Amino acid sequence: MERAFATSTGRTRTVRMTLASKIYKQRYLLLMLLPAFIWAVFFCYLPMAGLYMAFVNYKPALGGFWTNLFHSPFVGLDWFRYFFHNGDFLKIMRNTVASTMLTLVISFPVPIAIAIAISEVKGTLFKKTVQTASYLPHFISWVIAANIIVTMLSSGGIVNDVLKFLRLTDESILFLQEGRYFWWIVALGNTWKEMGYNAIIFLAAISSINLDLYEAARVDGAGRFKQIRYITLPHLKPTIVILLILALGGVLNAGFDQHFLLGNGLNQDYSDVLSTYSFRYGLQNSMFSYASAVGLFNSAVAFLLVVMVNFASKKLNNQSLF
Amino acid sequence: MLRKSAPSDLAFNAIVYVFLAFVFVVTFYPFWNILVVSFNDATDSVRGGLYLWPRVFTAESYRSIFRNEELLGSVQVTVLRTVIGTPLSVLAVSMMAYALSKRELIAWRWFSLFFIFTMYFGGGLIPTYMVIKSLGLIDSFWVFIFPGLIGVFLMILIRTYMEQLPAELEESAKMDGANDLQLFARVVLPLCVPVLATVALFVGIGHWNSWYDSYIYTYKPGLKTLQAVLVKILNQYQTGAMVSEAEQLANSSKRIPVSGESIRMAVTMVATLPIVLVYPFIQRFFVKGIMMGAIKS
Repeated sequence: MERAFATSTGRTRTVRMTLASKIYKQRYLLLMLLPAFIWAVFFCYLPMAGLYMAFVNYKPALGGFWTNLFHSPFVGLDWFRYFFHNGDFLKIMRNTVASTMLTLVISFPVPIAIAIAISEVKGTLFKKTVQTASYLPHFISWVIAANIIVTMLSSGGIVNDVLKFLRLTDESILFLQEGRYFWWIVALGNTWKEMGYNAIIFLAAISSINLDLYEAARVDGAGRFKQIRYITLPHLKPTIVILLILALGGVLNAGFDQHFLLGNGLNQDYSDVLSTYSFRYGLQNSMFSYASAVGLFNSAVAFLLVVMVNFASKKLNNQSLF
Repeated sequence: MLRKSAPSDLAFNAIVYVFLAFVFVVTFYPFWNILVVSFNDATDSVRGGLYLWPRVFTAESYRSIFRNEELLGSVQVTVLRTVIGTPLSVLAVSMMAYALSKRELIAWRWFSLFFIFTMYFGGGLIPTYMVIKSLGLIDSFWVFIFPGLIGVFLMILIRTYMEQLPAELEESAKMDGANDLQLFARVVLPLCVPVLATVALFVGIGHWNSWYDSYIYTYKPGLKTLQAVLVKILNQYQTGAMVSEAEQLANSSKRIPVSGESIRMAVTMVATLPIVLVYPFIQRFFVKGIMMGAIKS
């Protein structure tokens, strides 16, 4: 085929014919790909083109979006400069990173502990019941989860009742009205929602460990703590490393739902993260270009992080995540 | 056989059981508690202290949901988007997966890259909003269907499954003169039922749980989904837009009751119920699927 291009025009035509006939031969496959292709163009690539908004001063006018966009004055990196230099940047970044890191620190070890505990239990009924309950929170929406959390943390809610019963506090603590609790609430909420579900992957890893190893350890007189320390945990290490690296790649992706739904005017100094900040400036304050710039900053850095994380996992495991 | 367990093993068992019992209580009890409050009299709930059983049992909160047009309408919209959106998504994603499972497809690498890139980078909130607006999807029912039609991750799930099917089945059908469409519909799809069920569950739950699209892309009350209405109720509760209990009870038939712990809990329960109902299927397909995937990778 390569030689065909180099030689006579006649042969080039045969190559074109083969391409055309190949397309014709694969017409049904291409047809099946078409809906997905159109979807990607309209709902992924057109919005990416729309990111040009971040470099202009977009003013909604009478024309359509694209007409307005390309008639708006170009401002270069002004919106980014404005973002980095006004007082919000540090606060928003602090909130975003604090929230995701605290979530990581709390929500990462818990599923491992759950998986190990479940794998150590013999009775199936108890095991099944715990597992079934533990992944229910994963399947409900954050709207429901936020409703539950807000109820549990209210002044007459069960958390305050327990704290009062234990004499840890005399007055009800207004958890959601005081910003300093917010990161903890999100981190514990994330943990509550995902711990049972995230345990599944560790359970799978544990179930692939050769049982003879435990038998041998028992013969050598190792108790069950020691078996976990010297057999289970070392076997989980590759899974742990991969998932940890992946989680580090998402350090800027503080979930929109939990911060938006649990955030309120009183805790905003702590609850405002990149995504909610962009949301507020874009859809509530109508600063479309500024909000796009914040969004672009977020996705660009997040993308770089993912690429780096992929590189790191390649180095470590010789296998790509993609 | 009855070997005496070492004291450290006893301690170990105690720790394991207490820990798992704690996990159970922490994940299950909140749902039980909202159920209890939702079946308790709204006025009585204000006193607090409802833990294990309703004090003044009544189904009034649920009845008031069914009398409330906004809530009833939102349930309808949510059911409709789930019922229409799920099969459309599953069909589009599985067609895409089939096409991309053929490595001999023209420009296979480019197509793959084209789709996978969308998993890692996007236009973000505002440009997406603008594009959806320019497509005329604001205040349209189809805004619930089209923007989320494809899930690239779901495609990979189905494609992996398709690639593991024995090639001979397709070969022999091809011999009989079947084209790609017929191969897909008659040979491959029937074999993919387990993975399609998993993906359908995934997509269906996603539709039922989605609130964001309804919250920002629709203004008509008739297009607000249950979850979006629940966000509104939550916001009203959070900002403390409380009206007196009496006023709220008087209004409960006309509009969304603003305070009323019981009614907020009842709506939360109604939104949770379908998830609990599909739970046996989740156990059967979904969790197993995740397990299998994890073992393979």
